[in-house]
Amino acid sequence: MSEARNASGAVVLRGTRIIDPAQRLDAPGTVVIENERVVAIGAGPEVEAAVARVTATGAEVVDLPERWVLAPGFVDLHAHLREPGFEGKETILTGAAAAARGGFTTICCMPNTQPVLDSVDTLAYVLDRARTAPARVRPIAAITKGEGGHELSEMAELVAAGAVAFSDDGRPVESSRMMRLALQYAGPLGVPVVEHCQDEELVSGGVMHEGATSTLLGLKGWPAAGEDVMLARDLALVRLTGARYHAAHLSTAGAVGLIREAKRSDLPVTAEVTPHHLLLTDAWVAGERTGPLAEALAALGLPVPPGERYDTNTKVNPPLRTAADCEALLEGLADGTIDAIATDHAPHTWVDKNSEYGEAAFGISGFETALASLLALTHTGKLALSTLIAALTARPAQAWGLDAGTLKPGALADLVIFDPEEDWMVDPERFASKGRNTPLAGLTLRGRVRQTWLGGRRVYDAATE
Amino acid sequence: MMETLTRTASLLRRHLLDLDDWTPEELRSLLDDTARMRAHLDGGERLSTLAGRVLVTLFYENSTRTRVSFELAAKKLGADVVNVTASASSVTKGESLRDTVRTLQALGANIIVVRSSQSGAPDLIARAIDGAVVNAGDGWHAHPSQALLDLFTLERHLGSVAGRRIAILGDILHSRVARSNVWSLTAMGAEVVLCGPATLLPPAAADLYAARPVPGTGEPRRVVVEPRIERALEGADAVMALRIQKERMQAGLLPSLREYARTYGLNRERLALARPGALVMHPGPMNEGVEIAADVAAGPSSVIEEQVTNGVATRMAILTQLAGVLTRREAEWR
Repeated sequence: MSEARNASGAVVLRGTRIIDPAQRLDAPGTVVIENERVVAIGAGPEVEAAVARVTATGAEVVDLPERWVLAPGFVDLHAHLREPGFEGKETILTGAAAAARGGFTTICCMPNTQPVLDSVDTLAYVLDRARTAPARVRPIAAITKGEGGHELSEMAELVAAGAVAFSDDGRPVESSRMMRLALQYAGPLGVPVVEHCQDEELVSGGVMHEGATSTLLGLKGWPAAGEDVMLARDLALVRLTGARYHAAHLSTAGAVGLIREAKRSDLPVTAEVTPHHLLLTDAWVAGERTGPLAEALAALGLPVPPGERYDTNTKVNPPLRTAADCEALLEGLADGTIDAIATDHAPHTWVDKNSEYGEAAFGISGFETALASLLALTHTGKLALSTLIAALTARPAQAWGLDAGTLKPGALADLVIFDPEEDWMVDPERFASKGRNTPLAGLTLRGRVRQTWLGGRRVYDAATE
Repeated sequence: MMETLTRTASLLRRHLLDLDDWTPEELRSLLDDTARMRAHLDGGERLSTLAGRVLVTLFYENSTRTRVSFELAAKKLGADVVNVTASASSVTKGESLRDTVRTLQALGANIIVVRSSQSGAPDLIARAIDGAVVNAGDGWHAHPSQALLDLFTLERHLGSVAGRRIAILGDILHSRVARSNVWSLTAMGAEVVLCGPATLLPPAAADLYAARPVPGTGEPRRVVVEPRIERALEGADAVMALRIQKERMQAGLLPSLREYARTYGLNRERLALARPGALVMHPGPMNEGVEIAADVAAGPSSVIEEQVTNGVATRMAILTQLAGVLTRREAEWR
């Protein structure tokens, strides 16, 4: 067969269940790809006609097992790729490879690099490094210059250069006046301002959630109120300015309530939650595996061995909270209060984490375990699979107006194929990410990404690992 | 919390990190050994239990009594003792704790006694080395040897602590001594009252202890958190005052030392609210006139100096038990 025979790079993916919440599609079917885009999806005579047409010109036909699931590639609104400046922790290429391994095809990277992504030049650098990456990298620029909290970054130019949102993530915008100005200025630019909700004084020096476990371990805790206070302030400013606002990584029941109420009042707010805040509790810091993930794995008959005390891989900002918070977050996800599941992928080196708990860096390497850990909720009936997929695809894309998250005809053929039933053990040594910092190391999870496709091209295949 | 070779039997812990999972049986065994050591001490005998062993005291925080106490205990048992303090060590050159202890192990250290401002530092060391680790105080987390010597001291005067009421006064939030004492005293059946200004009480303490009954017996732990000092002292068989640090004022947790002394300082009038003859304790070092009045500290029911003496015997007992486990493990390796 000559190369010219399939010049359009046509691919037929068939035989498996397709879930595309943007099209309210959940049925066995076929996806037909040509010139990097979806040309037909589902079942029926139109799809059959498209299949016949492309196979006649030599399309690659991939038959997939019936029990697998094909979905739009996941959209992550919150990731740290560490480049420029912290290439020891991660690079754009290793981060994107980890994203592909986790089924993510669009990843929004946070600006707390060195230098901070607060100028057109650094943004251009990131986009250039991402050209050959196996995931689409969409940069988030800093709200304030150097994330210093004092002067607005050149927001209009940054949006023109490709910034999809603004955030000083890693820290909040402490000054209420500055936050107000950021919202006012960014509003007409059509991109959201993303806040890391945290009252710095209330949480200062804290290394974990304040509660029984922090008392047990003698670690300085930070109260849930530290998040709620800042979110409440921000919502008052959203009411004042009418600007688009997005709350990063909700971790408290109080924050879920505040977002729910704000949405009822039609404020232009959206919110995300991470897999670890949905699934893990502060007791994990003491090596005691309680909460939704541990319960679900036990219910599935998978082993849940105890962890270690002071495991620095459980140190994350905001901190792992209580089972009641996990429950409230899950409820918020199920009822639509929370728009997106975002990983807050935060890779670190071994040295950054191999220290006393108080000294260790905050963050979890999240891309490669996100789907499998979340599937524990669907396997045990706590969350509908369609709701989970929507929160990883259509809803985050819609929240920020990104051209992603669906496989409608005409859309880019970015997709994930996973086996929901495959058991595998989390071995950080096999991560594509440089960050091996995961509290899930050694656990067996159910559900594994088999393939990830970007623009009609396979960028990850578990079969060839 | 600790790795045990078997959960139930005593004398089988590899390290001494915390007392939260100690059974009454294990505590009793340590108290018995401590009594034996105290008799050896009083008799002026030297033992050779640790002959040929290298014990390193690795202190990242200043301490006189605890370090000297461990050093004396180890020497009375025949160990070679090396003292490492933070200012003299490579910590100031940025060496990680893990590298430091691996180096000490390579130099022949069998037992590392560590004091650190970082909660959990001893756990980290325990995962990094083959020998035994003794927690000599880590952050706000635990100070098990202090709690064990307190328990021994209390029993010498009260008989059993079961059914007794022990009040701990002061900065509970930042106190590893209070945390460790709660575990050991409640395991032996005492009721512990934690009392201090509300800004210095630990969060969710009642939930914490309610969720963790005594291992081995399943008995609930009796812990009361009580910011009102008059109520806390009522019926107390012993009162332990904790050191108040000046930094707490700077951090805004207290208005002034003067107000603290007036509202929570252990003076004669307050002590009169407790049982007649109630024991007075302090882990040291004391701020006389702040958390404790000088006449109370030196009064007839004070056992503060005896605590120090019992500390050596307690640490001898701890080291003897750990050395036994170490010897057995080494025999298994061969």
